[in-house]
Amino acid sequence: MAIPYYPGCTLSTRGRGYDASGRAVAKALGLELQELQDWNCCGATFPLSMDNLLAMAGPARVLAGARAQGERVATLCAICYNVLKRTNHFLQGDAEKRERINHFIEAQYAGDLRVQHFLEVLRDELGFQALRQRVEEAREATGRSLEGLKVAPYYGCLLLRPQKELQLDDAEDPHILEDLLQALGCQPVDFSHRVECCGSYLLVTSAELAADMSFGVLQSAARSAADLLVTACPLCQYNLDYRQAEMARQHPGFQPLPVLYFTQLMGLALGLDATDWGWELHHVDPRPVLTEHGYGQVFGVRRSEFGGGPQRTPNSEP
Amino acid sequence: MARIRLSGERIRGELVRKIEELSGQNLLACNQCGKCSAGCPAAAVMDLLPNQVIRYAQFGLEEVLAANSIWVCAACQTCYARCPHGVDLPRVMEALRVIALEQQGDRLRPQELDPQKVAELPQLAVVGGFRKFTMMGG
Ligand code: SF4
Ligand code: SF4
Repeated sequence: MAIPYYPGCTLSTRGRGYDASGRAVAKALGLELQELQDWNCCGATFPLSMDNLLAMAGPARVLAGARAQGERVATLCAICYNVLKRTNHFLQGDAEKRERINHFIEAQYAGDLRVQHFLEVLRDELGFQALRQRVEEAREATGRSLEGLKVAPYYGCLLLRPQKELQLDDAEDPHILEDLLQALGCQPVDFSHRVECCGSYLLVTSAELAADMSFGVLQSAARSAADLLVTACPLCQYNLDYRQAEMARQHPGFQPLPVLYFTQLMGLALGLDATDWGWELHHVDPRPVLTEHGYGQVFGVRRSEFGGGPQRTPNSEP
Repeated sequence: MARIRLSGERIRGELVRKIEELSGQNLLACNQCGKCSAGCPAAAVMDLLPNQVIRYAQFGLEEVLAANSIWVCAACQTCYARCPHGVDLPRVMEALRVIALEQQGDRLRPQELDPQKVAELPQLAVVGGFRKFTMMGG
């Protein structure tokens, strides 16, 4: 089954490991992610002021283009998902403004596209039971499994909120990532900060505050004895990952936590070739925790390519 | 603590009208329960807590535009998810940012960013930052 796919800017660059692993995983599961033609940036934030129609022109153009190519579009990036889905919701609910935007972008979009996150495709179309089956097969073929790996499922904000518009899962008590992790054979851990903010774009203007917020998330996951953390957002991945060397210096006893995209972990569980999944963009090397499960060798990346840091500690600052 | 003067004129004034128009929210729907502030991840560094931001906005107090709160709000939507009266506080924060940017100018200037850092940052952080902290807006 081919699924129209919107990668977005960050997945074409800094988040390319998310894109590559997502495409590989989809393909292995018979769900090919087919990149949209002629897409543009979604704008990275959904405009929250009522008169700001201009900021909706970008995402509306993506939606109109996707509708011309099919009936739905799926994303991996949680932020693109949020922006596209909220824009779609807005366009559906306000015919007059929709026409104004259509006029501006020279399109005739009627608001009738389905915007999905890849997680929804996995849950609602493939089904986690079928996924579990595929993971079992991979385990028999490779002799490796993620059994017993303790994983913190981190949702953050924009995958879930506002719930009324996104309707992916319960905004306060979601379980889609937990269900996915169970299908992969991992042990999802419960932790207090799974729907807390990582600091988001405050990274650009208030880096210290963003780092404090990320530190809170990591501490919370560590208290639940997580071996690693998974996310569906390239900004969360960066915020949570890139400052860990400094956090370790500032906070004695801080235990670094690898931050993976859920698709990377899925790919490992499915026994796929993980060589080219952007590992060089990760600061904390996940191999020490994965070696115990037999996955230490599957990355095809030299240790130095993670930045040369010692095992089980984060690498030096960029 | 600075003394704050309330007046009917301010409550019915231009600032209140503008905030309500830009945010699409009825400010008086908030009954100051404080739940937004209890869950806000940036509250610890805000000089006005989220519920105080709404309170100032209800009274049309210009001082709210000088609070750092509107710049450290990450638009995380937690307050909106939890508000018992459905007040979309992230939209109120955005309205205040828009008004403040008009009055005070951009908060983020491209030439002040370290090019090396920009190359390292995820694109959406940079794009999002400019959307939130400049009059380009959004
Ligand atoms: S949670 Fe809602 S009602 Fe309560 S103080 Fe905040 S905005 Fe007002
Ligand atoms: S949206 Fe802003 S005010 Fe509301 S909880 Fe998040 S950071 Fe706090």
